[in-house]
Amino acid sequence: MIKLPEPVDQIVVNLLKAANTKLPSDIGWALEAAAGWEADPMARVQLGAIMDNVKKAEFLGRPMCQDTGVPTFYVKGRFNASIRGEIAKGLKKATETVPLRPNTVDPLTRKNHGDNLGKGMPAIHYNPTDDDFLEIAVLIKGAGSENMTRLAMLNPSDGIEGVKRFVIDSVLDAGGKPCPPGVVGVGIGGTADECVAMSKEALMSPLDAENADPLLKEMEEDLFVKLNGSGLGPMGLGGSTTVLGVKVRTAYCHTASLPVAVSIGCWATRRAVARITGTSVEYTQGADL
Amino acid sequence: MTPLSERTVRGLKVGDMVYLTGSVVTGRDEMHIRAIENSRHGRPVPEGIEGSVLFHCGPIVVRDGGGWKVVAAGPTTSARMDSLEPEMIRRFGIRAVIGKGGMSKEVGDAMREVGCVYLAAVGGAAVSIAESIVEVCGADWQDLGMAEAIWRFRTERMGPLVVAMDSEGNSLYENVRSRLVKDV
Repeated sequence: MIKLPEPVDQIVVNLLKAANTKLPSDIGWALEAAAGWEADPMARVQLGAIMDNVKKAEFLGRPMCQDTGVPTFYVKGRFNASIRGEIAKGLKKATETVPLRPNTVDPLTRKNHGDNLGKGMPAIHYNPTDDDFLEIAVLIKGAGSENMTRLAMLNPSDGIEGVKRFVIDSVLDAGGKPCPPGVVGVGIGGTADECVAMSKEALMSPLDAENADPLLKEMEEDLFVKLNGSGLGPMGLGGSTTVLGVKVRTAYCHTASLPVAVSIGCWATRRAVARITGTSVEYTQGADL
Repeated sequence: MTPLSERTVRGLKVGDMVYLTGSVVTGRDEMHIRAIENSRHGRPVPEGIEGSVLFHCGPIVVRDGGGWKVVAAGPTTSARMDSLEPEMIRRFGIRAVIGKGGMSKEVGDAMREVGCVYLAAVGGAAVSIAESIVEVCGADWQDLGMAEAIWRFRTERMGPLVVAMDSEGNSLYENVRSRLVKDV
């Protein structure tokens, strides 16, 4: 663990406050661009109300959406086992101070302790490296979009067309439920569990970050055009803005498998990243993990 | 303006845009389950549900002196209540449901029968809607937690709300869905 200029729990509070009250600028620009080209009057009303709400939330320092989600943390770099407890402490504190809605419940009894913690919480993915920094990233999206997560174990013979078919069907079947227009994260390959994790991690990537793999970049652009040509529109009420971006991640998989996962981010795909060195904490709003 | 009369509600058509002033009561999964259960067994339910405008919403609310202040209050995904809403609408004569994402045909049938509409709020527009809530008139079933409890709000020009399902069985979502281009 590197020496930290600020305690981890305070950094986590800062991350949760920033992510919830300020929409990442790349998503804000994408919404503005969409409002510029959108011709459907109903869609224009929806986009206008969204942007108006984003401005109010930032100005008032309030969560832009009442569903402050189950924050997913990504920890990378140098850290030790105590980080889990420190993130939990920060999440509990932020629940009171931001404030966040206490969302976590026992899955069967539905008991809510009011602190966004409980068995298995907080949700953290770890990536230890030898770098001289600690990076803590957080992704927040509502249950409306989280509930639309889909995994398919396709046959290898389904190929690229099969992958695209599944992504398009997943987004269109979800309709207005995940609060479109948002970001579509796609994981292809890996094991079943890794595939879902990749699809969600992809949502951490800023919309203007280009995919380094030309094949994946082409697939992202193709899906973007087709989804926006579907007519689903903002909130599923019609229009030509269904997604703001598509992000695809891949990993090698079993020769008998073709796993595909889709994680949909609502328009309020909230993210914040802290890159911590011995002397400074640098905050940004997205990262390619 | 609430209370909404059956005549007013039946005059609303899909695509109409409205702003709501008056009383709304929040209710999600747990509230629906308990309200229906109580009503079936002849047990009382909190005031304000009968003939109400039911808002699918789990707000962020904080203590403010002796009362409450709403920080954020956008709509939640209505389809989760698809299996509960028809009975809810029939038992309590709900006049309008505010939510996002739309509801099933069975809910639309109950709306047509009773005289009720579905008003689509803008998903995630939580601060704008919170700003239109001028008073928290009451809170019930707090044991369900902040999101699932019943909150009674007084609103002033809450909106924009789109009539997305009307009392004649029309649904904007169905219209959009039937025209979707699904090509790969």
